[in-house]
Amino acid sequence: MAKISNEQVIAQLNAKFGDQITTPTAPFGLLSFEVAVDHITEVLTYLKSDETLNFNFLTDITAVHYPEQEKRELAVVYHLHSLTNNVRVRIKVFIPVDNPKIPSATPLWNGANWMERETFDFFGIQFTGHPDLRRILNVDDMTVFPMRKEYALEDPNRVDKKDFFFGR
Amino acid sequence: MSNFITEITPNRPVYTDNDPQGDLTTLNLGPTHPATHGVFQNVLQMDGERIVSGVSTIGYIHRAFEKIAEHRPFYQITPLTDRLNYCSSPINNMGWHMTVEKLLGIETPKRVDYLRVIVMELSRITDHLICNGILGVDTGAFSGFLYLMEEREHVYEIFEEICGARLTTNIGRIGGFERDFNDIAFAKINKFLEKFPPILKEFEKLFNRNRIFIERTSGVGAVDPETALSYSWSGPILRATGVDYDVRVNEPYASYQDFDFEIPVGTTGDVYDRFILRNEEMWQSLRIIEQAMEKLKKEPKGVFHADVPEFYLPPKEQVYNNMEALIYHFKIVMGEVDTPKTEVYHAVEGGNGELGFYLINDGGRTPYRLHFRRPSFINYQMYASMSRGMLLSDAIINMSSLNIIAGELDA
Repeated sequence: MAKISNEQVIAQLNAKFGDQITTPTAPFGLLSFEVAVDHITEVLTYLKSDETLNFNFLTDITAVHYPEQEKRELAVVYHLHSLTNNVRVRIKVFIPVDNPKIPSATPLWNGANWMERETFDFFGIQFTGHPDLRRILNVDDMTVFPMRKEYALEDPNRVDKKDFFFGR
Repeated sequence: MSNFITEITPNRPVYTDNDPQGDLTTLNLGPTHPATHGVFQNVLQMDGERIVSGVSTIGYIHRAFEKIAEHRPFYQITPLTDRLNYCSSPINNMGWHMTVEKLLGIETPKRVDYLRVIVMELSRITDHLICNGILGVDTGAFSGFLYLMEEREHVYEIFEEICGARLTTNIGRIGGFERDFNDIAFAKINKFLEKFPPILKEFEKLFNRNRIFIERTSGVGAVDPETALSYSWSGPILRATGVDYDVRVNEPYASYQDFDFEIPVGTTGDVYDRFILRNEEMWQSLRIIEQAMEKLKKEPKGVFHADVPEFYLPPKEQVYNNMEALIYHFKIVMGEVDTPKTEVYHAVEGGNGELGFYLINDGGRTPYRLHFRRPSFINYQMYASMSRGMLLSDAIINMSSLNIIAGELDA
């Protein structure tokens, strides 16, 4: 179905950005790679505006919290889709939890506005340049970022569901 | 003391107006308002009957599904997906099951795919029936809604026959269905295929060329394709602007590639276009169901799940009488199956657009992270800026035709 292959996308990105595109993988055929936070705006702009790649559709922005990774605790994950080529790509940016700043994608896509607000709301990621970065689903008075792993869902004293009871 | 809402916390928008002569009125539309069909709040600045500006406030029924999903084995996440878009919960269920199947590398038999296609297209019809029926009500025509509700009831009876539930269905299993469709279910589907087209035809006759309806809807909320794409719109409202993006065609799942159907597209993207487009999609859904019923005749009978004992819940009779089945049952329910450590994104075409599941699995009992790409959430964000300059009554029908479902909006 896809009109260009993952290899072609990654080759074009490598030619443009060199070694700033790291750890390219393709789980289940979806090309994913990492970009340093300093270059994310350039990479997104290039992917969107390049005429052959044409990743014009921002599918999703979300984040993941990996508390055990030193200085790379938070991952911001972008899913882009090239509707003309019918190819998707996943971009990850790892940022430290004590300085969670990343440039906003709102200048490129209007739709990034609420997605980034949601990501800020749940993970506390500061999207610099966002026009209206405030909580969206949680109450305004909330002081924590609830999707981070340190906030347990259930009563922390409850032990019957701990993994070690199941040999893990 | 001013009548306007003043700033309460630094996070909240300031609703005071810069209007010393008091020409503008602040109108708090929602969160519970009979015209908005769900929990939506929009604080609007009105100049007479025209909207000057608006702020959408969402999150009133936020239930932290993504957090809950991090603490539930895969089977217990299906009921959460029910409650996203509750007008077409079978699509959400199937989408989630297919995500897990993609993760585990399960190949489903063709018959399962066709049964799934029938269920998904039936629920797409219910979703569009609600939207178009309500749009009729909001423009002042109640009878169309009543005709359609009877048909939705018939679809729910089919769901009831298949899985026992009607609205939040929790239908299917990882690998297929919990039981085969019985003869009554097939008879009901056939009856629906026979009885529904005349009703839909009559509904279209009531509206499509109705002068009042056209004047109310035509040109309202018109969106050009560039703006729609920039706002990441998907589904019927994107196709109404003229972009032919449908996940069923772009990335076929559940053997959609075996079917012959068309993706209708609009031209102006206004409320009238969306209405016509949803009606046309229902015709296409009927076409797909008819083809699926034909294809089912050629498939071996009695196959309703993939042969994956380590992931598919065994039938209860076996659980009570057979040791292996009991072990598998326990392991599956407790999430004690070995799963690959990887991540997967799977999208299905929901009633409102691209419904995506982004699942990161670390091999544990539960997902490490599960993110729902919810079309209603993403489609709704243009609403406030779209409403600028609209009449209040136009803004109401614009919201109806966006078909925002509060459960999916807030997750």
